[in-house]
Amino acid sequence: MDLALAPETLARWQFGITTVYHFLFVPLTISLAALTAGLQTAWVRSGKEKYLRATKFWGKLFLINIAMGVVTGIVQEFQFGMNWSDYSRFVGDIFGAPLAFEALIAFFFESTFIGLWIFGWDKLPKKIHLACIWMVSIGTILSAYFILAANSWMQHPVGYRINEDRGQGARAELTDFWAVLTQNTALTQFFHTMTAAFLVGGAFMVGISAFHLMRKRHVAVMRTSLRLGLITLIIAGLGTAISGDMLGKVMFKQQPMKMAAAEALWDGEAPAPFSIFAIGDVDKGHNEVAIEIPGILSYLANGDFHSYVPGINDVNKAEQEKYGPGDYRPNIPVAYWGFRWMIGFGMASLAIGVLGLWLTRKKFLIAPGLRTGEDEVPNLVLFKNKALSPKLGKWYWIVALWTMLFPLIANSWGWIFTEMGRQPWVVYGVMRTSAAVSPGVSQGEVLTSMIVFTTLYAILAVIEVKLLVKYVKAGPPELTEDDLNPPTKIGGDTRDPDRPMAFSY
Amino acid sequence: MELHDVWFVLIAVLWTGYFFLEGFDFGVGVLTKLLARDRPEKRVLINTIGPVWDGNEVWLLTAGGATFAAFPEWYATLFSGFYLPLLIILVCLIVRGVAFEYRAKRPEENWQRNWEEAIFWTSLIPAFLWGVAFGNIVRGVKIDRDMEYVGNFWDLLNPYALLGGLVTLTLFTFHGTVFAALKTVGDIRARARALAMKLGLVTAVLALAFLIWTQIDTGDGWSLAAMLIAAVSLVAAIGAIKAGREGWSFALSGVTIAAAVAMLFLALFPNVMPSSLDPAWSLTVTNASSSPYTLKIMTWCAAIATPLVLLYQGWTYWVFRKRIGTQHIADAH
Repeated sequence: MDLALAPETLARWQFGITTVYHFLFVPLTISLAALTAGLQTAWVRSGKEKYLRATKFWGKLFLINIAMGVVTGIVQEFQFGMNWSDYSRFVGDIFGAPLAFEALIAFFFESTFIGLWIFGWDKLPKKIHLACIWMVSIGTILSAYFILAANSWMQHPVGYRINEDRGQGARAELTDFWAVLTQNTALTQFFHTMTAAFLVGGAFMVGISAFHLMRKRHVAVMRTSLRLGLITLIIAGLGTAISGDMLGKVMFKQQPMKMAAAEALWDGEAPAPFSIFAIGDVDKGHNEVAIEIPGILSYLANGDFHSYVPGINDVNKAEQEKYGPGDYRPNIPVAYWGFRWMIGFGMASLAIGVLGLWLTRKKFLIAPGLRTGEDEVPNLVLFKNKALSPKLGKWYWIVALWTMLFPLIANSWGWIFTEMGRQPWVVYGVMRTSAAVSPGVSQGEVLTSMIVFTTLYAILAVIEVKLLVKYVKAGPPELTEDDLNPPTKIGGDTRDPDRPMAFSY
Repeated sequence: MELHDVWFVLIAVLWTGYFFLEGFDFGVGVLTKLLARDRPEKRVLINTIGPVWDGNEVWLLTAGGATFAAFPEWYATLFSGFYLPLLIILVCLIVRGVAFEYRAKRPEENWQRNWEEAIFWTSLIPAFLWGVAFGNIVRGVKIDRDMEYVGNFWDLLNPYALLGGLVTLTLFTFHGTVFAALKTVGDIRARARALAMKLGLVTAVLALAFLIWTQIDTGDGWSLAAMLIAAVSLVAAIGAIKAGREGWSFALSGVTIAAAVAMLFLALFPNVMPSSLDPAWSLTVTNASSSPYTLKIMTWCAAIATPLVLLYQGWTYWVFRKRIGTQHIADAH
């Protein structure tokens, strides 16, 4: 059989494509739901129109985005059964439960209240309508938690036993659901994924606000949005760094191979260096070129600059002794570079956010003449008495605009790193990926579905991005009488039976 | 009654919920060609399900997730075995969701017409294919001793399953037409009522043939009772719409769907996917289910979450209880 078309390879490519694609929409959905809810709360509490306009603007972009997140999520629920039926049989007793919880608790919540929020502007009193978007936000976060608990079990299986006496093949069975939901892998991974999601939303807000502020359009709304975006970006960026460090330490203990691969550390060292750049030879098992900072990897792994960190060759040997002959190394270049793209793009967006918050600060260390009012484009003030030149200022806005994409790249590489870094295991130490595919599904079928999904997703990506651009350019809507006078009772105003709906498909 | 029996019932309940709710969504989608005379009428139809279709579709995701958790072998055999039909359904559901959300987001004629075209086909095709899938599950397919489906795509297109497909398609369309009559005002409402009567008769003939076939093949006393309820409530639903009682008619067409699903599951029990090669190789509630511990946790979750879901989804229908007509569609997009 042609190895390139082995069922496992195809099924993995398909999973990779559909999941990375799905996860472009997920972090933006999670963060924009909460940010939109925050803006709407500000409107309800303060009554300032700019907050309502901001809510409508970001809410619209949120809806365009969540539509894609929802529909691409449907595939996720079923493709375990389609392409990974042996995996489903072996782990369904454990893995299925968080998925069912996710559907029962989170998906229903999210999907029902989003309908109420979209169509409810003229049907629900202000505060109840506001509660709906918060419900959506809670739904997205719960959903993330359950699916991450499931994924964490694949990274580090706990709370289970292998049942060999069923008379129909062994399988993993749940013995402690609480352990699955609360193991440190799940909690740390949740923390890391959440902060990374808000990094996406913060950068999205900053980028689009920068786009308009550069053109001096919709200033009042965009100034507020820029500030909210920058603060979100910075808090999330710091949170991502802290949680990333925590997750790294957990992974050094639970999957030393993944972390050794992330550093292209072939042989164990004490103290172990952090690699800046490396070109390695996978067959010979060493690096040809390596630029390193001594001691840092020891610190990342164990919180101590001198400790020993095992290398790829050491872990490979240890796993061969434990699990039998074979190659237990993941794709080293992907792990190494994936790890770097993740950190690089994530931290770059944080740096650009910090710079932005400094440049647009309101009063601190700014000469009075450079301060700006609520409806003015902020001066980009570098030193106390000195603003950036118009040319440099424009460059900051352009950089801020493109930074929008950075956290998305970081998120994608983070997932590619953590999933590919776990190979050859699908459930670490318990089940190999090659044993997980559907034996009854032909190559032709997998290939067909892969082509169909990839083509469909590509078309939808074009449609979605064009639509986003259209609504970004259109800017926040002007408010109508009805917007400013929301109904006071559930079901809306009944005096005029022919009044058009505030929103319709 | 053991926990895996409870979960067999709960899976049936989830599918009933799905077919009841997304059933009329699919039906309304089909009506955009069958009933609507112009674009404003299409929009009226689409907006009758606008606030609720997404929540309705989650019943499917929950049925899928719950099957995975409660009957992993069933989940694995079903979705790897019915690979291509499921692929088609997934593609339809993806396009359909995007179509609802994006259709009105651009004013261009072409843009809107393409999405409307998509809504029609992506409603019709899954409505048909779910019947084909369930027809095959009940009838039994080629499953080997390792619980693997060993038939091919064309085996799934047998007369019994295809008839099942026609039944779900017509039944959902009937259900959707009654829903449209219940949720609209004006001319379209009157036409929906007239169409519902015709569709009801076609549905009745097909459904009766399918259910009798099922009863003869795999039925018992209980499934016979469910069949009679389905038949009686369908006839009553037609009668009610004729008498102008839309609410009653909708409730009765809902009972028809519930009874038909109940009958299929009763005909299955204790199998979940019978093997047509050797009865000993069938997937059953026992050999396909999860461990008692997992089922116990799942039962707690379902017992707490399901009533809440019904409560807040029910509330949504109450919030959007007002009938709509062309006058209610805002011009803005």
